[in-house]
Amino acid sequence: MFRLFKDARYDFLGARRYAYVATIAVALPGFALLGFRGLNESIEFTGGTLVQIQARNPAIAEGGIRDALNQAGLQGAEVQRFGAPDEFVIRARLSPDVQQTVESTQETAAAVDTALTRAFGAGGYEMVRTEAVGPKVGGELRRKALLAILLSFGATLVYLWFRFEWRFGIAAIGATAHDILLTISFVSMMNLEVSLVVIAAILTIVGYSLNDTIVVFDRIRENLRKYKRHYMAELVNLSVNETLPRTIMTGSTTLVGTIALIAVGSEVIRGFAWVMTFGIVVGTFSSIFIASPILLAIERRWPGEDARGARALAPRGALTSPGPAST
Amino acid sequence: MAMPANIRNRLLIIAGLVLVSVGPPPLNMVGLGLWPQEVTIRTRGADGRMRDTTVERVPIKQGLDLQGGIHLALEIDQSRGQVANPADALERALTVIRARIDEFGVAEPLVQRVGTDRIVVELPGLRDPARAKQIVQRSAFLEFRITDMQNAFAGVIPQMDAALRRAGVRATGVSTGGVSAVEQLLGGDTTRGADTTAADSLIAGGALSSLLYQGSLPGEFLVPEEDFLRADSLVHLPEVRRLMPRGLELLWSAGPMSQGARSFYGLYAVDSRPIITGEQLSDAQAQLDPTFGQAVATFQLTRAGGRTFSRATGQHVNDYMAIVLDGRVQGRPPIIKGQIGQRGQIELGNASLQDAQDLALTLRAGALPAPLTIVEERTVGPSLGKDSIDKGKRAAMVGCLAIVLMVVVYYRFAGILAVGALSFYVLFTLGGLALLDATLTLPGLAGFLLSVGMAVDANVLVFERIREELAQGKTVHAAVDGGFQHAMPAIVDSNLTTVLTALFLFQFGTGPVKGFASTLIIGIMASFLSAVFVTRTFFLVWLHRRPGLAELPI
Repeated sequence: MFRLFKDARYDFLGARRYAYVATIAVALPGFALLGFRGLNESIEFTGGTLVQIQARNPAIAEGGIRDALNQAGLQGAEVQRFGAPDEFVIRARLSPDVQQTVESTQETAAAVDTALTRAFGAGGYEMVRTEAVGPKVGGELRRKALLAILLSFGATLVYLWFRFEWRFGIAAIGATAHDILLTISFVSMMNLEVSLVVIAAILTIVGYSLNDTIVVFDRIRENLRKYKRHYMAELVNLSVNETLPRTIMTGSTTLVGTIALIAVGSEVIRGFAWVMTFGIVVGTFSSIFIASPILLAIERRWPGEDARGARALAPRGALTSPGPAST
Repeated sequence: MAMPANIRNRLLIIAGLVLVSVGPPPLNMVGLGLWPQEVTIRTRGADGRMRDTTVERVPIKQGLDLQGGIHLALEIDQSRGQVANPADALERALTVIRARIDEFGVAEPLVQRVGTDRIVVELPGLRDPARAKQIVQRSAFLEFRITDMQNAFAGVIPQMDAALRRAGVRATGVSTGGVSAVEQLLGGDTTRGADTTAADSLIAGGALSSLLYQGSLPGEFLVPEEDFLRADSLVHLPEVRRLMPRGLELLWSAGPMSQGARSFYGLYAVDSRPIITGEQLSDAQAQLDPTFGQAVATFQLTRAGGRTFSRATGQHVNDYMAIVLDGRVQGRPPIIKGQIGQRGQIELGNASLQDAQDLALTLRAGALPAPLTIVEERTVGPSLGKDSIDKGKRAAMVGCLAIVLMVVVYYRFAGILAVGALSFYVLFTLGGLALLDATLTLPGLAGFLLSVGMAVDANVLVFERIREELAQGKTVHAAVDGGFQHAMPAIVDSNLTTVLTALFLFQFGTGPVKGFASTLIIGIMASFLSAVFVTRTFFLVWLHRRPGLAELPI
């Protein structure tokens, strides 16, 4: 029989300080960059025009496209190679201080087409994708994305409150918020484009991370009933260890799926796949190292008064004691 | 050995689920399953006729990002004046757009209201966004209006100039001098030159008059193309509008017309009351005018409309009549030579036959109750969509294969059972997509792959439990039962929270993201069924066959 982490007895709670350091080490540079250059929002949020072309003429490169656009008076457009060497994405975003209308974003797409036709001939390239988003829609989408994240938080909190108790709910939300913050930091460090699809990935991470945390909490709840005479800290550590094989196995299988997307998926979905991959790693990390310490911290501040009467905390300094011997 | 009733029932339920997912006839008649169905597609051929083609295909809708096409989001445009009842106008606009798209002939279009103030139009397979926008957005409000035969507008231009001067609007540098310019732009056509004397007084340096050249028809003025924006803003100023003679309105020509070497926009003073509108239209067709080879749109009025029209035109013999479409004058107003009955035609200058066909189509489908503005536009070429599908399929295949390998290596025999259940999971998910008429998008494909990982999670939870139970020295039977039982709360909780977040994604997402959310929700339900119910049944069957089993290869 081939088993990973069989009867593991790691002291995860004792390692929580290292985990906090790791979190800060990932979060800080990302947020510093975020303050410095902001998020790379897609035109869905900023409003503007995106044109993706596939070059038939191998001589077409970023520089040539930029020159052609500048000559046509379309300054400041971003030109980027997109996946394959012959595909390019051209973005003209609406700058916040210029009053631009919906019509002008659509005219931009047409103007890009004209400029490129003049430079490379009509048969030299193919426009494979265009998007033109008015400023109003962009702002609305931003609000909706934020609302979706907050509401899903609220709903899960209520659900966990109902299924467990409020301490677990808050701790699970805390761990998930940790994952979202780290993911945003990751997005900022990689300078990934934040599109609606990436927001969807972040929301999926919310689901995945909660999923992971809940499996651990579920085991804590079960162990609380089973071992009435043990300290909470010991029980928590035991539960994390008991669920460790599952946590790692599920994390790996899901990771395999998203890595496959990065490796062979289409370029359009790559940002999504990167965010998911990072989110799964962080979600697994947080359900092991972050969620339980938060739960214990809440427990210490507001001790649970339950009928079992045995939910005592470990005395200070005793967090590192080994788990209870199995019955 | 006879199967106990509970195993038999479980197998029957699984067979039922498979049947519903596959949906062979007659089940597919009620919209169930993945069985290929006949789909009729109406398309418009090159000759303008509608043609029906029937194809057989698996009834899973593909999003625009996978099959290519055009996505438009429209709102009622209130920037050029308040619309009285926007909700009602939107509802009527929806009907009109539906009718137009039907006439246009697009396979499986989508026209729906989103929220309270937006219409989303999705046209799969279409490649020309400019044309699609024309069809959808054109108001197609047709009117016939008599031009300003008394030259009343020309008479008030000096007063308008004076009003503008008082308001502080100054004439910009006047480019040309006097009559000669007018003569030049009219090509020295002396037969129509009767009005050119009036032009003299106009070009006197007033802010408005310096931009206008008197045209050759009553009520017609010409504005050089480069001055169009300035002239347009001037005539909309309240100082100018206040002085407009009662019963008259100013309308621009549909596009610039060239006169000699320069291009001019026509500005027409016309009666504000149309003699007839497109509401009384019964049919419209596109034709090539046999005499000039130009594309024209011919129309036919209803019987009542024809009577009104012939009475009105009878009163206005020798007057000029502007054909106004969406507030723009089409071509130069023709002279009314006698009573016109039920039929007429609109000349479109050097437009193509396709343009004329599109115009006829929008006229037939009716006018939009209010102007619409496009707030979002996306086009995906078919090659990009195909590329996405190919790569998505490849990623799904590679991902699934790797997952299967991991599960089988790690859980051995139990892993094989789980993989067997996973194939049911794929079937259930696809069947669910077909049943709920959900749309498969590119993020949806990613969601599918993700939920394969999550489907395995439920099995992992169960198997780890079974291992724990075995480690505690329980018999195989008891361990399997205990494993499923104890893993259940965790599976239910984790699946439900994921569904909760997916529901919010579905609610707030658009297009591709909605596709992702629906795939995820269906996937989670299917994974619950397959991982818990199907795998457990497999275990039961297997344990039933080997009652004395001492060790479980897990």
